[in-house]
Amino acid sequence: MLTFDHLAKTYADGTRALSGIDISVAAGEILALVGGSGCGKTTLLRLVAGLDRPSEGRILLDDAAITEPRADVGVIFQEPRLLPWLSVADNAGFGLSHLPATERARLVTGALVRVGLAGYEARWPRELSGGQQQRVAIARALVTRPKLLLMDEPFSALDATTRASLHGHLLALWEESRPTVVMVTHDVEEAVTLADRIVVMQPRPGRIFDELDNPLTRPRDRLSPAFEAIKREALRTLDRSLTDSEPRQHKAAESAGMWW
Amino acid sequence: MSTIEIAEAVDETKAAPQARPASRAGLRLAGFLLPVVLAIIWEILVRAGLANGRLMPPPSVVGKTLWQLAVSGELWTHAWATLWRVGAGFGIGAAVGTALGALTGALPLARGLLDPTLQALRAIPSIAWVPLFILWFGIFEASKVALIAVGVFFPVYLGVAAAILSIDRKIVEVGRVFRLSRLAMVRRVLLPAILPDWFTALRGGLGLGFMFVVAAEIMGASEGLGYLLVDGQQLGRPDTIIAAIIAFAVLGKLADGLLLALTRPFLAWQDTARDRL
Repeated sequence: MLTFDHLAKTYADGTRALSGIDISVAAGEILALVGGSGCGKTTLLRLVAGLDRPSEGRILLDDAAITEPRADVGVIFQEPRLLPWLSVADNAGFGLSHLPATERARLVTGALVRVGLAGYEARWPRELSGGQQQRVAIARALVTRPKLLLMDEPFSALDATTRASLHGHLLALWEESRPTVVMVTHDVEEAVTLADRIVVMQPRPGRIFDELDNPLTRPRDRLSPAFEAIKREALRTLDRSLTDSEPRQHKAAESAGMWW
Repeated sequence: MSTIEIAEAVDETKAAPQARPASRAGLRLAGFLLPVVLAIIWEILVRAGLANGRLMPPPSVVGKTLWQLAVSGELWTHAWATLWRVGAGFGIGAAVGTALGALTGALPLARGLLDPTLQALRAIPSIAWVPLFILWFGIFEASKVALIAVGVFFPVYLGVAAAILSIDRKIVEVGRVFRLSRLAMVRRVLLPAILPDWFTALRGGLGLGFMFVVAAEIMGASEGLGYLLVDGQQLGRPDTIIAAIIAFAVLGKLADGLLLALTRPFLAWQDTARDRL
């Protein structure tokens, strides 16, 4: 459904942010991109969102190249990025301006209920905590029912409890229409909690180091041995990506034991 | 002494910064203490014959003059003439300043073409235009309004252009993600984003408008508070001059307060301490 085809991005100052990215994501799949800082995760997401253009290669969404933001792609940024002059309801319904007011209000109310913000419609963003603001941003992105949802470390600024409850809210909203999700995170546990597949990236230039599947069924129990095993494996891969300079995409099995 | 009163009248909002509500009213009143005490001392000194009240008339004389001007209706005629000029000049200057500021802020081409010239024109003291404006527009209202408009134009132009250039990229990206058209982007994102800065620029422009109306009226008018100043000078009536100065202070303060009251409802969303200052 979503294909990265030899994608590369070089910035005007010569920084090679991404190089040779090839991934394909199935419809309804949740893909997590993890990696150390500066490995181009956010750049990759901005390219998919159509906010930046790739220097080489293409991104295909249902066989159409992405060159600009699309109506069926939703984005949740690292910060809530609410518009401070709009109420919570108007922020959540920002992408629904083409709908009649009653229909918009119905959808917005429904989305706010599901992120646990029922009754907050008339508040200003400044009256909300950081976690509540991010929940409004989640509602804003999902209320338009995008086919593809992009998330850039959406929970990184929040405390562990808030984060865990937002994972729940997010999965509940995701269940409704099962969009394809590409998320960037530096939190391996978050990746294992949410994703079907975890892609580990490496910096300078940003490239794919390795990827691993997460076959666990939802809802996932963070304390189960299977969850722990996958988390450990993901952490090992991440550690190797930070020490190794050579990508070893196809030697995962033999190198699993020599991660130090 | 009277200048202190005027400075006080203009700055009274700053007299009581972020204090606890209980002591805030007290602090505000404290600001009146110094001018009032000085006024009383001056009054006593003049009455006791220890000081000459001719060049610096005591408060009672100024008050009487102000009262007489008000009763005879003269004060209102002058105040109205001044207000009309400021209103017209402010309207024109603010409108043109906003339009050009928006243009140069939004379009790099317009900025490259217009901004250097406008910045150069800004370096000219606005009063220097007066002789030229009199030649162009005559000695009546048009030249005065033009001078005030020029004075108002620059702070508004600079404020709007700077506000547009400093709009947060992150907010604009939200608009891009939702595929807003150019027009929708302006209406739903850019305009609300610059609103607070625009209002601040308008307030600055209004203040300058009052400054330039004095200049315009001093240089030749048959009515207006500035004319009252010149009239007082020529008749040797310092009490008239001070009465006119007080009228200017009150008028300026009221106009600023009105602008503030009109714009405040649009800024209810702001997360700032401005309201409390």
